[in-house]
Amino acid sequence: MPKYQLKINGKNLEADVAADTPLLWVLRDHLGLVGTKYGCGIAQCGACTVHMNGVATRSCILPVSGLENAEITTIEGLSENGDHPVQQAWEEVDVAQCGYCQAGQIMTAASLLKKNPKPSEAEIVRTMNGNICRCGAYHRIREAVKLASTKI
Amino acid sequence: MLKTNRREFLKTSGCLVIGFSIGNISSGQNSFIPQELPQSIRRYPDINAWIEVLANGKVRVFTGKAELGQGIRTAIAQVAAEELELSMENVEVVLADTLRTPNEGYTVGSGSIEQSAMAVRYASAAAKMKLLELASDKLKVPVDELVTTNGKVYTKNGRNPITFSEILDGKQISGQVKEPVKLKAKSEYRLSGKPVPREDIGWMVRAHQNYLHDLRFPGMVHARVVRPPVYGAKLKTFDAGYVKKKVPGVLKTVNDGNFLAVIATDEYEAMRAQKVLGQSATWTEAAKVPATEKDLKEYILKLPVETDRVQEKGKITSEEFTHTATYFKPYIMHGSTGPSCSVAIWHNEKLHIWSHSQGIYPLREAIAQMLQMPADKIEITGVPGSGCYGHNGADDVAAEAAIIAMAYPGKHVRLQWSREEEHGWEPYGSAMVVKVGATLDATGKILYWKYDLWSDSHSSRPGGRAENLLPARYIKKMFTSSSKGYIGGATRNSEPYYSIPNQQVNANFFRGPLRVSALRSLGAYGNIFALESFMDELADNAKKDPFDFRLMHLTDQRAKDVVQKLGEMVSNVKPGDGEGLGIAFSRYKNSASYCTVAALVHVDTTAKTLRLKKMWSAIDAGEVINTDGLKNQTEGGMIQAASWTLKEHVKFDGTNISSTDWGTYPILRFSETPEVEVEIIPRQNEEVMGAGEAAQGPAGAAIVNAIFRACGKRIRDLPVKLFQD
Repeated sequence: MPKYQLKINGKNLEADVAADTPLLWVLRDHLGLVGTKYGCGIAQCGACTVHMNGVATRSCILPVSGLENAEITTIEGLSENGDHPVQQAWEEVDVAQCGYCQAGQIMTAASLLKKNPKPSEAEIVRTMNGNICRCGAYHRIREAVKLASTKI
Repeated sequence: MLKTNRREFLKTSGCLVIGFSIGNISSGQNSFIPQELPQSIRRYPDINAWIEVLANGKVRVFTGKAELGQGIRTAIAQVAAEELELSMENVEVVLADTLRTPNEGYTVGSGSIEQSAMAVRYASAAAKMKLLELASDKLKVPVDELVTTNGKVYTKNGRNPITFSEILDGKQISGQVKEPVKLKAKSEYRLSGKPVPREDIGWMVRAHQNYLHDLRFPGMVHARVVRPPVYGAKLKTFDAGYVKKKVPGVLKTVNDGNFLAVIATDEYEAMRAQKVLGQSATWTEAAKVPATEKDLKEYILKLPVETDRVQEKGKITSEEFTHTATYFKPYIMHGSTGPSCSVAIWHNEKLHIWSHSQGIYPLREAIAQMLQMPADKIEITGVPGSGCYGHNGADDVAAEAAIIAMAYPGKHVRLQWSREEEHGWEPYGSAMVVKVGATLDATGKILYWKYDLWSDSHSSRPGGRAENLLPARYIKKMFTSSSKGYIGGATRNSEPYYSIPNQQVNANFFRGPLRVSALRSLGAYGNIFALESFMDELADNAKKDPFDFRLMHLTDQRAKDVVQKLGEMVSNVKPGDGEGLGIAFSRYKNSASYCTVAALVHVDTTAKTLRLKKMWSAIDAGEVINTDGLKNQTEGGMIQAASWTLKEHVKFDGTNISSTDWGTYPILRFSETPEVEVEIIPRQNEEVMGAGEAAQGPAGAAIVNAIFRACGKRIRDLPVKLFQD
């Protein structure tokens, strides 16, 4: 199998996998980065969201072969000490119930705030709409995104 | 919404720990109320079954319950820290594990606080008594002159500090929890009843490993199961050689009867192998799914049933009621965000399984039966998974991982279900039909009430029975399901909590076309949807305000209080054009939390849109351990129930289940989410009551009642279809 050189969380990493292997399985299975979650495998739920060149992207449908020049950030690399404004806000608002979808939610929110540090309510809703939360923590996510935007 | 900022709370609670902890223990104000020890304590009376003192000064607490996102880990730590006068940081919680914790059965029915947290409260108080007695012997100071704070015991003047671990000389606390246990006075609580932040949320946001799905072991291999095309199909042929040739990472194909699985070096290879092996497999024709969801209500009413009289009061003199209605709730699914997963290893004649099941002990019994081996050869460690909201695929995947691990000894085998498998194979929440009739007296009070419900089982949990594990129906030693399951779930909240002189409640149990089991609140969601919709219809017939109509039929003051509280919460809401405000009440199980919900909807008949704008809830859960946990559960409960009510039904087409992903089974998303507001009625001196499932029923009914008030259309069939069809 070919070897792929990847830049993930600022580090140069190598993965020895088949060309069509989606990034999600490279992260979780080959690189030990299990913070990014499997939810549906067909880009419907957002649990697997990472940043590709700063933009929120579904890693479950992203073949590794197209990523050699991309900079990937996962939840593990969002901040050095786990204190990204979005992470702080999530903790302060006690967003999660089960929390399984939250890494994806956080990555989507962080990408939005990077592009637009003061998003309107409508922009928050539109951006976050692709991420499913079965526990129904949406209202707290909305509150946490707003809180995070005051910290950026 | 969140009144206390958690960082502020941390700061103040830190001060409280210091300010409070000296000098209160022997104040003589502690409660000596007549006690009945919690059931879990009666089963496990040894203090050290619950509490372990660690050499580093921390205390480890064992609970037989699983963390499902309800925050039980934090609530357990709170009660232990409270009684033992420790800070939260000095308490560590071990969740359900057959190797380590008591067997507290299933984590269900909103019972974790009532059962486990109360057990830990008594065990911690008993542990403190023991520690003080031992310290008294050591220090030659009477117990009532000793105080404790943060793992040390002192004399009242602050001298002779001695740690818990020194008191015990490195041993553990012996003895049992016996009445009377001197519990801390509730008036002195510094942690219980407060919005103590959940430590595990910090782990989640920083991606510290918290989920079963993330377990990694050296040399771990990955498995996938090849599913039959439909329930009950039998495996005819498959080609193991072909999959081995096509997928280089394949390690082994596992076949036992109609059960077919494949093991590979890594997960993506296993997924590829699952597809290739699946293409090579042929199956017999099986019984088709006999109805479609479109004519399900009529289909159900024609099925053979067994009928139980659930309730009879007074006399129903006539079947002629002035008002009747029929309600319908379809099959709905748990739809966990993370599909079910398990890891298992068969090594040295022992099977160790990691599972996010809600009941690892009953699961162990069922797996032992399935594998025909003694249960003591099996250990199951509970690890949190994705929220389950009831009996999802967790037990099935663990049983499958066990079968596969037995066929591939010495390696950790990880089995992950796909989204399609979770959607298609999980046991759903049963479809239900309710027919209800009533007659009002001259004053508008309900005189006669007759309620007939149709439902399949609301629990087919393993409960020690192999037949309830999906793979047990496919292996050579086949277990077939004969039981009706726990039929009590169907009648949950079927009896009105209202004072009605003449009433009759009947339950008709059918065996429906789809696999079913426990889904959050069991039958209560369907029953309260019907009952509280009908109450709203009757209020209109009686020309009464919906609040007043409910109040005039309630006798329990606490029930009246939640209705009145809700009235206050929405007193300033003035529905505008096209808007409607609906309400509903229930007391979960008629014995747990009291909960009312109001919903505000906007219906635009021109644009053909329905928008759920806001939901309010007033809840009385008795004593509350973690107020933020209760709010979070109630908010999430309303939103989840809004999703069920507005969007959800499992689709099937007479051959297959066709709800296989989030496209074919849509759930509520961000843009459809209402504002929510929850108020807790403080009852710190009352008993704790389960609350995690209190909001579902009233939330559903409040929404349809609001729709009626907005546009005059009475929704009796779920999900709400105002403009489709």
